Amino acid sequence: MTQAAIQADASDAMITMTGVGKWYGAFQALHNVDITVAQGEKIVLCGPSGSGKSTLIRCINHLEAYQEGEIRVGGMLLGHQSKTIDAVRREVGMVFQQFNLFPHLTVLQNCMLAPVKALGLGKADAEERARQLLERVKISEQAEKYPAQLSGGQQQRVAIARALCMRPKVMLFDEPTSALDPEMVKEVLDTMIALAEEGMTMICVTHEMGFARQVADRVIFMASGAIVEEAPPAEFFSNPQHERTRKFLGEILGRH
Amino acid sequence: MGRDEFVFLLIGLKWTVALSVVAFICGCIAGLIVALARTSGITLLERITAGYIAVFQGTPLLMQLFVVYYGLALIGIRMDAWAAVSVGLTLHASAYLGEIWRGSIEAVPKGQTEAAKALALRYFSRMKDVVLPQAIRISLPATIGFLVQLIKGTSLASIVGFTELTRAGNIISNQIFQPITVFGIVGILYFLMCCPLTIYGAHLERKFAASTR
Repeated sequence: MTQAAIQADASDAMITMTGVGKWYGAFQALHNVDITVAQGEKIVLCGPSGSGKSTLIRCINHLEAYQEGEIRVGGMLLGHQSKTIDAVRREVGMVFQQFNLFPHLTVLQNCMLAPVKALGLGKADAEERARQLLERVKISEQAEKYPAQLSGGQQQRVAIARALCMRPKVMLFDEPTSALDPEMVKEVLDTMIALAEEGMTMICVTHEMGFARQVADRVIFMASGAIVEEAPPAEFFSNPQHERTRKFLGEILGRH
Repeated sequence: MGRDEFVFLLIGLKWTVALSVVAFICGCIAGLIVALARTSGITLLERITAGYIAVFQGTPLLMQLFVVYYGLALIGIRMDAWAAVSVGLTLHASAYLGEIWRGSIEAVPKGQTEAAKALALRYFSRMKDVVLPQAIRISLPATIGFLVQLIKGTSLASIVGFTELTRAGNIISNQIFQPITVFGIVGILYFLMCCPLTIYGAHLERKFAASTR
């Protein structure tokens, strides 16, 4: 275990999931998931499609409701009432596979909307914050454009800036590079690496194993809705303990 | 046909426009409520509004106007013809617009709502700032198409004795016995109202398509 993970006792844990279970009707999508993420820790979550990794991070900001166990974010218990859900969502940013920028708003307006509407920031403050963060993802010159005028990589960087405008404590990435053309993957990963170096707590669902090696404190492997194995990347890649992990790594690394 | 007759037609035209505007504005407000209830995720609300829409789409507008005008009078609610047809057309418009907008709201990709939720936007802001602006664009051709139908639908108000354009034409025609001339002019007046709307709808559609590309 890394230093960060060892220190992740109840007090400085950013996210704790305890015995989380989730069902879609009769189908159980998550089985008894326990994860503790320390402040500043970077987790890469991987696994075959349908293994529940997206479902898992979507539970953390309650885009999916969980039926069993407990999730805490920054000490707050994530219940099912809209008040606690909103409180957690203000602390947790999310980046989606399909970007999900608002197509009828400019890049700048995309970044300003939530700080104004959900945090009650003034327009001028929100604009200053948005321009600052667009600068940080190196896309400030596109502020007045509409999302459809940008490339996929640029759109995803705007989506990252939009999430950061809420000043979140945690960032969730749901396959952020899977919908991108290969030549655009790097610019998005570089943005994520920069964010990681600044100490953001991150959970990334991704198949970019190079990114996992470079950035992750821990890699968690899931299959059939349960955690199979978790280890620091060096150990995870060189010495996987379970047969399913070995099979998955063989497939995904053999492909590259 | 003399000048006086033509002026009489124009007065009828004024009432047709007034009736269309009132029915469209009130119908938009009520239709928005119907559309939001229909997509609320609350089963009871969705069932009730689905039933409401089914009733108004499944029965003739003329019958709806009869029910409001004669039916309500029978149970003691007296309304003059103007109020009755306004209420009738508003109910009719709210059901159709509610259904058009339900479809448009559902056509906005689910990722938009998810992104808005992830940004801690609450229902009101999610709808007002994210979903509805996109849904309105999607619904524009159908909404304007329905407005054109509504304008023509106001002619049914003539049957309960409200003197709008069609009834004005009927009255003049019975006085001067020139039905072809009179109804020709009436038809042209309807066309002059409806055709520019259709063109405007197509224009807006192109404009929005360009801005989202």
